[in-house]
Amino acid sequence: MGTFSTLLLQKTEILEIVKMSIMVSGSATIISAFIGIPLGAWMGLTDFKGRKVLLRIVYTLMALPPVLAGLLVYLLLSRSGPLGVWESLFTPTAMIIAQCLLVTPIITGLVAAAIAGKEGIIFDHALSLGASQMQATWTIIKETRSSMTAAVLTGFGRAFAEVGAVMLVGGNIRHMTRVLTTSIVLETRQGNFNIAVTLGIILLIISFVVSSIVLSNADEFKMT
Amino acid sequence: MNLFEIDEVTKKYGSRTVLDIPELKLRKDRIHAIMGPNGSGKTTLMRILNLLDTPDTGHIKFLGEDLENLQGRHLDVTRRMCMVFQRPFMFHSSVFNNVAYGLKIRKVSRPECEKKVKEVLDFVEMNSFASQLATRLSGGETQRVALARALVLRPELLLLDEPTANLDPSSVKHIEEIIRNWHQQYNTSVIIVTHNLFQAKRLADESILLINGKVVEKGKTHDFFNNPQAEESKQFLDGTMVY
Repeated sequence: MGTFSTLLLQKTEILEIVKMSIMVSGSATIISAFIGIPLGAWMGLTDFKGRKVLLRIVYTLMALPPVLAGLLVYLLLSRSGPLGVWESLFTPTAMIIAQCLLVTPIITGLVAAAIAGKEGIIFDHALSLGASQMQATWTIIKETRSSMTAAVLTGFGRAFAEVGAVMLVGGNIRHMTRVLTTSIVLETRQGNFNIAVTLGIILLIISFVVSSIVLSNADEFKMT
Repeated sequence: MNLFEIDEVTKKYGSRTVLDIPELKLRKDRIHAIMGPNGSGKTTLMRILNLLDTPDTGHIKFLGEDLENLQGRHLDVTRRMCMVFQRPFMFHSSVFNNVAYGLKIRKVSRPECEKKVKEVLDFVEMNSFASQLATRLSGGETQRVALARALVLRPELLLLDEPTANLDPSSVKHIEEIIRNWHQQYNTSVIIVTHNLFQAKRLADESILLINGKVVEKGKTHDFFNNPQAEESKQFLDGTMVY
């Protein structure tokens, strides 16, 4: 009951935190999808020199530790860093950049793997049915759209649940850069475990709602 | 008229020669069965004939046209033939959309497309499945949709790569009937790769035995099965060939 009233008192602030979380992770996921989907499609479809090396780099970056991504962005955006003039450190912009660094390789890698795994068989079928190279390529992209949706969702999940990078470059500043994960860390450190758990549940519910909305529109779950 | 004239065609994967055919002529309007053990080059040959792969050396003529010098007419030629694969990939859509795929990319009008798809689905007895998701069909149904997807395009040549592998006897019979009926009705040339000797006997006008990438014997199906000339053919037919 105590927790409930505390939460009621903090309702506005929690809403603000939830909005900030969705804004930062959503923006990072959208930007990463715009970069990662074409890049992954290109890497999955094209056989070029250095493709294997590039794929290995992408797969390695998929496991990039969030704190390391945060540190890199911190160094870039700090006053003495190359992008210090932007004055973006400890702003939502810095948090979005850091999450993009984490999410883009995930979307790129998963899209490339999905396309490379099906590319041969779909290409053969499409060409055999009279498709041009361009039409066959488009067919591959269409046929792997569910995997692309899953890749974007995975990326969103990574961004939404991530704490290390946003903590470093956002600073967990109240009313400015505080998000669900950094709030959980703060409340845990202060011993407010009930609030921390409640925030965790909110985080999971939002993830569930986003996944449900996206998957309900995915082709694997409906007729086209 | 010759459907294909194959001259000095070879294909290597690494250092391994998978196809080495000095000369082979296939006649138009016939059903040809290509048989041979695993790894004998049957699928490689089919892929080359379907222009999905190119030979390392040699020349191939399709209905008198040299496939080497198509000069921008590649698509025109490939659209005269169609291959059905051993494990057909169904696009993640309805049976109707799968069968209509080739027509749509040829920009056939919607009413014409619907009419043709309906006709061909009737032919393969799959009309009641038109709105079903193609990826959820059984093996036999999938193969019938794959056949319909090819037949709707009215190709001059139908390439069938083991179309009845892993199917139950009733589905095999059904597929064979579709192939036979279509061939009789439209005089479409058919090349079928099969491991099933009885199927070759039942369907083919001419049979070809391929071993280690080489044509060991080619002849009328009746002669091939009743009076094989090559020692390998005899061993292949009586099951004593060890491979």
